[in-house]
Amino acid sequence: MDLGLDEQQEMLKNFARDFLEKECPEQLVREMEEDEKGYSPELWKKMAQQGWMGLIIPDKYDGTGMNVCELVVLLEEFGRALVPGPFISTVVLGGVPIMEAGTEEQKQQFLPKIASGELIMTMALTEPSAKWTADGVQLEAKKDGSDYVLNGTKLFVQDAHVSDYMVVAARTGGSGEDGITLFLVDSKSPGIKFEVLKTIAADKQCEVTFDNVKVPASNMLDAEGKGWPIIEKTKDVATVAACAYLVGLSQMDFDVTLNYAKERVQFGRPIGSFQAIQHKLADAVIDVDGSRFITYKAAWSLQEGEPDAGMMISMAKAWTSDASRRVVAHGQQIHGGIGFTKEYKIQLYFRRQKWMELMWGDADYHRELVAQKLEV
Amino acid sequence: MDFRFSAEEEAFRQEIRDWLKHNLPENWTGDRFTRSDENMNVYRQFAQRLSTKKWVAPHWPVEYGGLGLSVIEQLIFNEEMSYANAPIGYSTIGVGWAGPTIIVYGTDQQKKEHLGAITNAETMWCQGFSEPNAGSDLANLATRAVKDGDDYVINGQKIWTSGAHYADWMILIARTDQEAPKHKGISYFLVDMKTPGISTRPLIDMMNNHGFNEVFFENARVPKDCLLGEENRGWYMATTTLDFERSSIGGAVGAQKMLEELVDYTRDTPVNGHRLSDEINVKVRLADAAVEAELGRLLSYRVAAMQARGLVPNYESSIAKLFNTDMQLRMAKAGMEIMGLYGQLEPKSKWVALKGRFERQYLWQTGLAVGGGTTEIQKNIIAQRGLGMPRG
Repeated sequence: MDLGLDEQQEMLKNFARDFLEKECPEQLVREMEEDEKGYSPELWKKMAQQGWMGLIIPDKYDGTGMNVCELVVLLEEFGRALVPGPFISTVVLGGVPIMEAGTEEQKQQFLPKIASGELIMTMALTEPSAKWTADGVQLEAKKDGSDYVLNGTKLFVQDAHVSDYMVVAARTGGSGEDGITLFLVDSKSPGIKFEVLKTIAADKQCEVTFDNVKVPASNMLDAEGKGWPIIEKTKDVATVAACAYLVGLSQMDFDVTLNYAKERVQFGRPIGSFQAIQHKLADAVIDVDGSRFITYKAAWSLQEGEPDAGMMISMAKAWTSDASRRVVAHGQQIHGGIGFTKEYKIQLYFRRQKWMELMWGDADYHRELVAQKLEV
Repeated sequence: MDFRFSAEEEAFRQEIRDWLKHNLPENWTGDRFTRSDENMNVYRQFAQRLSTKKWVAPHWPVEYGGLGLSVIEQLIFNEEMSYANAPIGYSTIGVGWAGPTIIVYGTDQQKKEHLGAITNAETMWCQGFSEPNAGSDLANLATRAVKDGDDYVINGQKIWTSGAHYADWMILIARTDQEAPKHKGISYFLVDMKTPGISTRPLIDMMNNHGFNEVFFENARVPKDCLLGEENRGWYMATTTLDFERSSIGGAVGAQKMLEELVDYTRDTPVNGHRLSDEINVKVRLADAAVEAELGRLLSYRVAAMQARGLVPNYESSIAKLFNTDMQLRMAKAGMEIMGLYGQLEPKSKWVALKGRFERQYLWQTGLAVGGGTTEIQKNIIAQRGLGMPRG
């Protein structure tokens, strides 16, 4: 039993940290909040050159052939640097369904381009009902000759407006988990409209409307009506990815806050010398460390195909969602007035925490899953 | 013990409600979060309407432009204004801080010059207290006011000065005796914001508002009759609990409103064949919020009830403020959780629900927990002044 990183993971982490410190400074993060696309094509290209987009794509498709644990190590660094843009959308939401269920032809068509950074993707799952469960999928797909015609609205779709392709969850029949079909949809198809929502984290979630959008049947992933298990597998990876990002984000928020508590002097002493502040910091480090190890466990369980992987993933997201919020709340409080300003960095972590807390199920949602798995 | 208000008090409450029905600004969105020229105009105009009823500072003595309301009547007035989300921000410092301090410590000249202007909504005030190195440790302030002939010359810097970019006057505490122990060398001044040598720099907050400022004093010369009260007594003047309504009822009522909006929202939001309010997680959160809102109101009422009996609330005010601030933070969090993915949407986003109030509140509350006395300082006051705990 060894809970540390292996040599390869350690190298990946250190390299990513240095790289992102240089290539994704605070200035860029702030610029991307206002930017229409929400990511920097220059940074995107540089990340692709490191092999990061292909991190979990097999060698065969020009990927790096690593696994979920390495992805978690990398994404913790992304969270630490608040990397903006469609990385998780492309690599996880686009890549995983194709790897899971794509035909050889589809894999050849899409995976190398994801790995090279040429393709940006996302998954369009949630709708205005804002549910992560199968009954939330109501967007219609009707067979029409050799095509399917899609009608409906998707909401809270990450980075849809800059995507080249979307994996769209549509209902071809049935109800609940039966009858959901996944389609690889060209984002430039006639009938698709995007509108970027304004969110607390200034990330780019979109409304995507489908008005008689034609999709060739050959763009179906796996078989008609069999989409839900693919979505579940994608959700697993995406949930772990969100946890990893939160770990990095909350660790950095904590580091900045710890430093501030040591340096800020009031009443003739650093405020970190006051017991009230020390207790908050102690609470925060428990939250951060706990988040990291439960995320590692979830990633490892998923990677190894452990029977309780689903439980671990939900535990990780339930804990990390709440824990990260507590950490960033302490970060704001300990900073006092300066924490409330736009200029000072700590609010960047506070606002972004909410985004990943909600993505792929919030704490309530995952606690319910944990309870179900406990057979309560 | 009686939790009811008298018939006269209830009649007064109704009078306020009726007046508000006809006098809240048309198209007022209830948005108390946005700081803009447009909003400031709304506040100013509303204050002018209030002044026609002598309702800018109704609890002040009649001779100073008020109605001499009792403490309970003050409580009711504040409660109703908060409940209606009335845009009363114009006079906050003037009515809550500057005016009462002038009433207690001011010369006849100072009273004449300022009090009427406050109650007529002619002048707006800001508060020059905090500095970059004097936040919780306010007595550490370094802005100097040096006597020079018939004037004081002021040099230094203030921070977190809300509304300084609009204000006509400032209540300023500055150091007049460099040698004396910290608390004993501070004086209180009434400063004209048009004085040469005073400049403001905007501080944008994390909600993208220009609400507060840094204010710089560079050899700003003010006449000596700007000194309020005695020289070097400023600290005690600024920090003594003034004998006016200190119940934090605004916070309690704000929470009540949030709760009601949340209940309506959950009841009216269909989710796959049932209502959001049918979900157990939602029910539990709403129940908790309801209990806390009631508690917040009671802790505020307790302060007013003490004052009505002629008692001076001390740490009890800190309890009311602290509980209501923290409680609103918890309620904002609960609201965000209930709204799920929708909770993250800003007011101007497509698909926003409840005008994005909870997203705004979630951000805003982090400021309230540190402004006007941090949660930690409030707890120290409660423990030390209230419970007699020894200082560390």
